[in-house]
Amino acid sequence: MTANLVQFTLDGTPAQAPAGTTILKAAQQLGIAIPTICYHDYCTANALCRICVVEVKGARVLVPACTATVQDGMEIHTQSERVQRARRVILEMLYSTVDLSEAPEIEAMAAAYDVDCQRFPQAEPRRPPLIDDNPMYVRDYAKCILCWRCVQVCAEDAQYTYAINFKGRGYETQISTFYEVPMPESTCVFCGQCIGVCPTGALKFKRQYLLEIGYAIEEILQMTRSERGGRRRRAERSA
Amino acid sequence: MAQSSSSFEALLTSLAPQGRTALLPALHAAQETFGYISDQVAAQIGKALGVPLAEVFGVVEFYTLFHRHPVGEVLLHVCNDPACALAGADTVYKQIVFQTAESAAGEGVSTKVRVEKSPCLGLCDHAPAVLVQSLPVKASPAQTWQELVAATATRPLTYVDGDVRLLTALCGRHTTVRLDEYRRHEGYRALEQALQSPPEAVIEEVKASGLVGRGGAAFPTGIKWQSAAQAPGSPKYVVCNADEAEPGAFKDRVLMEDNPHAILEGMLIAAYAIGAAKGYIYIRGEYMLPYRVMQRAVEEAQAAGLLGERILGSDFCFEIEIRRGAGAYICGEETALFESIEGKRGFPRLKPPFPTTHGLFGKPTVINNVETLANVPLILRLGAEEYRRLGTPQSPGPKLFCLSGDVKRPGLYEVPLGVPLRHLIEDLGQGMRNDAPFQAALIGGAAGAFATPEHLDTPLSFEGLRAAGIPLGAGVVTVFDSTRDLRDPLYRLARFFAEESCGKCYPCQIGTQRQLEIMERVLEGRPLPGDWERLQDVGWTMTDASICGLGQTAASAILSAMKHWPELFQPAAERR
Repeated sequence: MTANLVQFTLDGTPAQAPAGTTILKAAQQLGIAIPTICYHDYCTANALCRICVVEVKGARVLVPACTATVQDGMEIHTQSERVQRARRVILEMLYSTVDLSEAPEIEAMAAAYDVDCQRFPQAEPRRPPLIDDNPMYVRDYAKCILCWRCVQVCAEDAQYTYAINFKGRGYETQISTFYEVPMPESTCVFCGQCIGVCPTGALKFKRQYLLEIGYAIEEILQMTRSERGGRRRRAERSA
Repeated sequence: MAQSSSSFEALLTSLAPQGRTALLPALHAAQETFGYISDQVAAQIGKALGVPLAEVFGVVEFYTLFHRHPVGEVLLHVCNDPACALAGADTVYKQIVFQTAESAAGEGVSTKVRVEKSPCLGLCDHAPAVLVQSLPVKASPAQTWQELVAATATRPLTYVDGDVRLLTALCGRHTTVRLDEYRRHEGYRALEQALQSPPEAVIEEVKASGLVGRGGAAFPTGIKWQSAAQAPGSPKYVVCNADEAEPGAFKDRVLMEDNPHAILEGMLIAAYAIGAAKGYIYIRGEYMLPYRVMQRAVEEAQAAGLLGERILGSDFCFEIEIRRGAGAYICGEETALFESIEGKRGFPRLKPPFPTTHGLFGKPTVINNVETLANVPLILRLGAEEYRRLGTPQSPGPKLFCLSGDVKRPGLYEVPLGVPLRHLIEDLGQGMRNDAPFQAALIGGAAGAFATPEHLDTPLSFEGLRAAGIPLGAGVVTVFDSTRDLRDPLYRLARFFAEESCGKCYPCQIGTQRQLEIMERVLEGRPLPGDWERLQDVGWTMTDASICGLGQTAASAILSAMKHWPELFQPAAERR
């Protein structure tokens, strides 16, 4: 088995791991935590958020720990000055863009990296209106950090439903159904997996949302019942 | 292309067996047939090609030349980038908007004409550049849109000159070189020669020439070919990257419009060398004219047996398919380009793995820039040793430079690598256009850096510029005289990157937007306290942590300007 082990150093400590291990997993096994945002154990890693970047000696740019694998002779630094600057600035930019009030993990990171949440005055945030178009869940994309997990679990990572993809590009990117049709008109099967992987509360079960904005349970049951009835009536009409 | 909805349906049926890779061709056909892509047509396309509807929508939304709503019968694009701004592009845009709004009041033509600001159109030598229905015209601020429509009959001609005329030997003569003429000038002789030697020998010759990629990354071409040739897996592909979209670049356009067969010959030799049977040419969506020229050249080559089965009596077979981009600078990034050919949003992939082992459709692929491929027949005809007599030992060969901005004679200049910048600007470009002296040149385009008067004697070679901290890039030189406020081009570059970021990784997705907001304040002379540090932090984070070359260079010109002219970034009141 030793033939498959690679030798490297992590923050100065010599270490080894099976070939093909990501830097993130290798570090975890050595008790070194590398922060992640978009990464999810059961989703394809795309290295989007770049919070997990580390400095590898000899590499021109920083390397994402979630996808890069350890190599023989690699010298990895998880807390170098370049790494800390990138993490801090990415977090500061995220704060200037989206509502992170329901993202406790990111808040903890902000504290750890000495982040100034108000670093970018006069920055244009992304504040699309909340979409409440079905009885199961609401979509508050003002909280969406574009981690892609919902799109991935809706597609090949889990459900093969393909109800959602992207609208726009660059800073204007948003998650959207086909031509922005309401969710019930899309291919969505309301499996709830997207809500399960959302890290910032952008996707939320309707009952939880209604509870949070102050409705009592009885009222909520009444509302969702009548909404379901409304949907049935619409179906009957169109039949 | 399809003219009516019935011929659109016929086309869709013929594209269906290709599946998802035909998505962009199908969307282009829909856009041309109906003037926009409605939800019904998008659904029809998705069903025909077996692409989930939400993903069809994602692709429509990614590319700026696809429209979800009707855009009018006449669509004009006015260039919005630095070289055209120097020549009054803003005035042209405002003039047309004003004119159409005014006539709309009387005649109701507002739905007929639509004018859009566009990123660089690759017509920088004809600034201010305008595309009318995808065809180029030379604009002047005094023209009406009707005059511009009429002007599409003649294409603007690029001035081509230089110390050597090897790549451009048949360029700048105001006609496209047809196959018979190309063959009279030793055309396809290099291919004949290649087919008579083993593929390994062809690769060795290209390696010996020292040719490095001319698209901007300067990777050694022979090593790339060798790596793809040796990679396990089949089929293998050769891709010509003709997605020229770097602000200030127009060399690939001229090569395609004037001498298309040199590019095909380069592709054929590359394909023979690595063992590929299929190739793609990916041409940016704004380049309709080069697309038509290349399409006709491919047809000529097919008819002459230079493409297809048993080429020139050998066992070698090769087909070329031309693909059009649809308005996305990011697709010039090689892996984003593959995604686009595969029918997806142009998101760059993570590297490694590299294209030579996992390229188009996950197969070993050689992807080369247009100019790189045009060098290949030349190398084989001259021999590597003779080729290396040009240029410097570390930067052999000829190089095309796109000269634009405040010079008397903008154009495409071919020089041996290593000539001083001064020679290009003062001798070939005939010096400054106005009386004002040289202030700066942006080298390498939006992803480049500034040269100042101290850099005028810097040799234009990869190593010479690198020593001065300037990337040679694709060979773009945009000149600014001393009357120009450089904050204007800097702001435009920031806007360019904010519009062209794909949005995949956070540093570039958010960083390009924040950079734009700060540069807007800088432009207006009212930066906030701390903006200098913000620009540095955003710039270095994009450079260091972005996935691809777009994000990694999105702050390059601005960081370079901060080094040369820190005073530009101070509040107006505190300057001087």
